[in-house]
Amino acid sequence: MPQVSSQLRFADHLGRWKVRWGIGRNSCMVPPGLYAIGSPGPEAPVVVTANYKVTYDLVRSSLGGRDIWLLVLETFGINVWCAAGKGSFGTGELVRRVRQTGLEKVLGHRTLLLPILGAPGVAAHEVAKETGFEVRYAALRVADLPEYLDNGMNTTPAMRELTFTLAERLALVPVEWVLSFKFALPATALLLTVGWWLNGFSAGLTGSIAFLGAIAAGTVAVTVLLPWLPGASFACKGMIAGLLWSGCWVLWAGENLSLPTLIGSVLALTTVSSFYALNFTGSTPFTSPSGVRKEMRTAFPAMASALIIAVVLWIGV
Amino acid sequence: MRKFRYLKEVATLELDEERCIGCRRCLEVCPHGVFAMRDGRARIIDRDACIECGACARNCPVSTVRVDAGVGCANALIIEWLHEKGLFRNRSCC
Ligand code: SF4
Ligand code: SF4
Repeated sequence: MPQVSSQLRFADHLGRWKVRWGIGRNSCMVPPGLYAIGSPGPEAPVVVTANYKVTYDLVRSSLGGRDIWLLVLETFGINVWCAAGKGSFGTGELVRRVRQTGLEKVLGHRTLLLPILGAPGVAAHEVAKETGFEVRYAALRVADLPEYLDNGMNTTPAMRELTFTLAERLALVPVEWVLSFKFALPATALLLTVGWWLNGFSAGLTGSIAFLGAIAAGTVAVTVLLPWLPGASFACKGMIAGLLWSGCWVLWAGENLSLPTLIGSVLALTTVSSFYALNFTGSTPFTSPSGVRKEMRTAFPAMASALIIAVVLWIGV
Repeated sequence: MRKFRYLKEVATLELDEERCIGCRRCLEVCPHGVFAMRDGRARIIDRDACIECGACARNCPVSTVRVDAGVGCANALIIEWLHEKGLFRNRSCC
């Protein structure tokens, strides 16, 4: 039985920082299985989690000073919520892991504590039927686990409700930003070269800055300003952020540009920002697939039209 | 999360109240407070808050909740759509 420390070392913090910034994101796994925090006996609670290193670290550090069993499922280094959506944090894996670790021989009780965000993948009644273990959905956030345990294993309504606070959104900014680079860096380089070639270096530079700014508007500004940007639709929020940015850009660099070029640029920049904002739906905990589909049906034709008009204006009919 | 609301009247969530046995599982697993108990049975009280995660449907022991579950992620939906058209083969995002 591996004994784990609830103390995070420098390497763990470094690892989390690297994951946030998208460095080696896919190599953050812990071997699945049963772990002991402190010196748990047969009556100690069992907390089930994913083998995503960041989650695992959060769980073990929040349970410091307690005697607890930690059952880590094989989710291939993916967090609980995404793994539950995919089914790897699911009934099948939980049942298999309970059997493989011989949990019923280790324990005197028959209760498993699961994160609420794992519920889309796990059917509690089927786990009970297969293993005899009762599944309890403890809390949504790891941070609430200690209170849940101290509270006689009672979930308060607040522990059950999703939040998306400024701090939680800020934590996403680096990931969103770095993920956008995959496309943004080559596109910026292309823009710089083409602009340089057509109208000189400074034109290429202002063009690239405009483009990078639009991406920042759609990723960073929308993430941070989410509750204050009007509209329920993300494409709409991104459009507004993009309009604000292109307004600033026009004031800064628009002096020597013709009106059609300016209008074309505003349309294109707004589209870029809107597209990135729509992409952000995947990172938020309150969008439904039906809603996103509906947004895409209206937003994509509008974006395509805006881009076509922009190109026509730029070429100058 | 009272502050954020996504699009209205799109969620595919359905509940057959007649067959509900009142186990409260759906209330326990829903991250958005969509259900409430009334007269020993679950009711949908806030359908527009539903994100179609599928937790309620998967955990209802008598399968009386139904929802087209999936991830509310534009990136994943684009990739799924490209897959259907046979244009793209790759892993989805989240
Ligand atoms: S699908 Fe998810 S969000 Fe919608 S009601 Fe069920 S548990 Fe709640
Ligand atoms: S999970 Fe199903 S049976 Fe249980 S309260 Fe909800 S609807 Fe009723």
